[in-house]
Amino acid sequence: MPQPVISAPVISAKGVSKRFLTHSSKATQLKERIVKGRGAGTEEFWALRDVDVTVGDGETVGLIGPNGAGKSTLLKVLAGILRPTSGQVEVQGRIASLLELGAGFNGELTGRENVYLNAALLGLSRKEVDRLLDSIIEFSEQGPRIDDPVKHYSSGEYVKLAFSIAVHVDPDVLLIDEVLAVGDEAFARKCLGKIEQFQQAGKTILFVTHSLDLVTTLCTRGIVVDHGRVQYDGDPAFAVGTLRKILGTDRPVGQPLAPVEIGGVVVHSAVASTTPGGPASSRLRAGDPLHLRVTCEVLASDEVYPGEVGVVVMGAGDIPVFALRTPAGEGLPPVPGRYDVDFAIDAVPPLNGAFILGVQVDHAETHLPITARRFDDAIWVETGVLPGLLDVPALTTVTEAS
Amino acid sequence: MSAPAESAPLPGGPHDRAALARSRAAAQSSIRWELLSQLVRKDLKVKYQGSTLGFVWSLANPLFMLGIYYVIFTYVFPAGVPNYHVYLMAGLLSFTAFSQGVINASVSVVGNAGLVKKVRFPLLVLPLSGVGFAMVQLALQLPVLLVIALISGVNFLGPEFLLIIPALALLLVLTTALGTLVSALNVRFRDTSHFVEIFMLVWFWTNPILYRAGIIKEQLGDYYWVYFLNPVATIVSTVQRAIYDQPFTVNDQGERLQVLADPGYLFYFRNLAIGFVFSGLLLLLARRTFNRLQADFAEDL
Repeated sequence: MPQPVISAPVISAKGVSKRFLTHSSKATQLKERIVKGRGAGTEEFWALRDVDVTVGDGETVGLIGPNGAGKSTLLKVLAGILRPTSGQVEVQGRIASLLELGAGFNGELTGRENVYLNAALLGLSRKEVDRLLDSIIEFSEQGPRIDDPVKHYSSGEYVKLAFSIAVHVDPDVLLIDEVLAVGDEAFARKCLGKIEQFQQAGKTILFVTHSLDLVTTLCTRGIVVDHGRVQYDGDPAFAVGTLRKILGTDRPVGQPLAPVEIGGVVVHSAVASTTPGGPASSRLRAGDPLHLRVTCEVLASDEVYPGEVGVVVMGAGDIPVFALRTPAGEGLPPVPGRYDVDFAIDAVPPLNGAFILGVQVDHAETHLPITARRFDDAIWVETGVLPGLLDVPALTTVTEAS
Repeated sequence: MSAPAESAPLPGGPHDRAALARSRAAAQSSIRWELLSQLVRKDLKVKYQGSTLGFVWSLANPLFMLGIYYVIFTYVFPAGVPNYHVYLMAGLLSFTAFSQGVINASVSVVGNAGLVKKVRFPLLVLPLSGVGFAMVQLALQLPVLLVIALISGVNFLGPEFLLIIPALALLLVLTTALGTLVSALNVRFRDTSHFVEIFMLVWFWTNPILYRAGIIKEQLGDYYWVYFLNPVATIVSTVQRAIYDQPFTVNDQGERLQVLADPGYLFYFRNLAIGFVFSGLLLLLARRTFNRLQADFAEDL
């Protein structure tokens, strides 16, 4: 996969570790300090261990991982809120960190007053806020409500105003912690639109999220953090796949695809390889030969007549991309035993990302499915750097319109 | 980590960024002042919003204290100071600005924990806003004091009134220094703010607010200067010198008693200089301490 050219690292973290001391009972009171002494009752907890992250200009990076993996700690360290125990962090340009929407809001103040206060906290001058005020209010959809105290706002309205301020700060680097899924759907879409605008303007965005679809659709890169370490750093689709493996939500290999288990046939595996019957290739490139081997077992049974075997290659969101099928009458024989069904493709299509293999065995006479199983992330193809399931080459020209 | 040396000077690349960083650093300090003023404004609004009398309340507290002390020290234990209310108010307002400023600052970082943990901004503005809040209140109270002084026939319109400028300057520096120091310490040791509050009650009595400064001179004699090692006593007595117009009074027995700390100027200049040196050093220490501890604020809160 061609790496995007990193002109100059905007965010550079080298060997960053963060240790927290957890006090069995908080020894913040002077008395306890004296009574218990310094080290008593403290336990070490390493939230981050030797993390190296370099983010270049204009990258959008999704930071994902299980709960308690250290994502938020990493974001806080990069934002300069927490000091790393060891290692170095350098960030170029103006950072806006959205670790909590409306962190600086005061309920007693009106929306308008809070705009000025919050913007000042985020580093905007009064003059800049004067200039941006109308735009902020418009984006937040508050209208005349802007002059009500924010304690009377609904949580959605609160968050809309906060997000509106944050995106108007016009930072070079935007650090966001799990706050994108805010407001109603219309507003969430607007937020994403704003993020895309940021991307087009070449801003660097780093966000923590649990909605993995967002990572595949929005990010140019995914970083998986677990147990305080970077487990994967690269293609967003692979990052999501890696995380699903960690979480165990990648659905155990060979999980039923649909509740059609009639029995009589078991699909054991579906393997993508570059050679016939060869070992599973985790990464493929467009143009590689592709051999799919589905291994099935026909059990001794009177009732079932296994027939055609179909394979569906699906992208994110279970979108079918293409399907393969044994010709009519050339499926599994109704004889108990283990069978390999091979599909050979000359060249892998210009796919992009991680793909799911759905395998289905039909009844020889009724043509209804007997069994179906899915194999998540069975095919990983690295082709382009642009988002999308397909990598489509295009010739582009720019000419002045008449 | 600097950008790789061989990287080409692309537009928007590291070179532009360096220039941008410089101009931003310049803009940064003005933004800090704006942030500070926003925070003080917020505190004022939050404190007085919804109350009918609003800012009048910022006067109510010291005026009530004044009333109580006035009654006690005029009728119960006569202080023997003519126009006692003006003398008392001058000292009381100065000391309250100091003590409130330090107390506000001491809880400012802990009180804004949510902010400190979630937003990156110059944390120093927190204690400064606590001090600023007290100073704004003083600025609202001082005109009232002057009006009362005028009505009472106290003539403060002389050259001595100019002393109020260095006195208030010292007040600002000292309050800022001590406030900054305790705000940082209070994050690690939450007892600090409680300790500060109690300490202020004691400190109050070591200043010539309720009593004549002259009493101290009569008691300490040659060691009078020791009393003014306390820079707050310097501030209080200088404000009194600036506003109150009777350095001496005569009691019932016909004795000439000294009211103010000193009838001249030199005394004040000397003590102010000592106060500025002390407060300046304290300010340096406070800044260093704050800067060293602030990196751990988000963690300790």
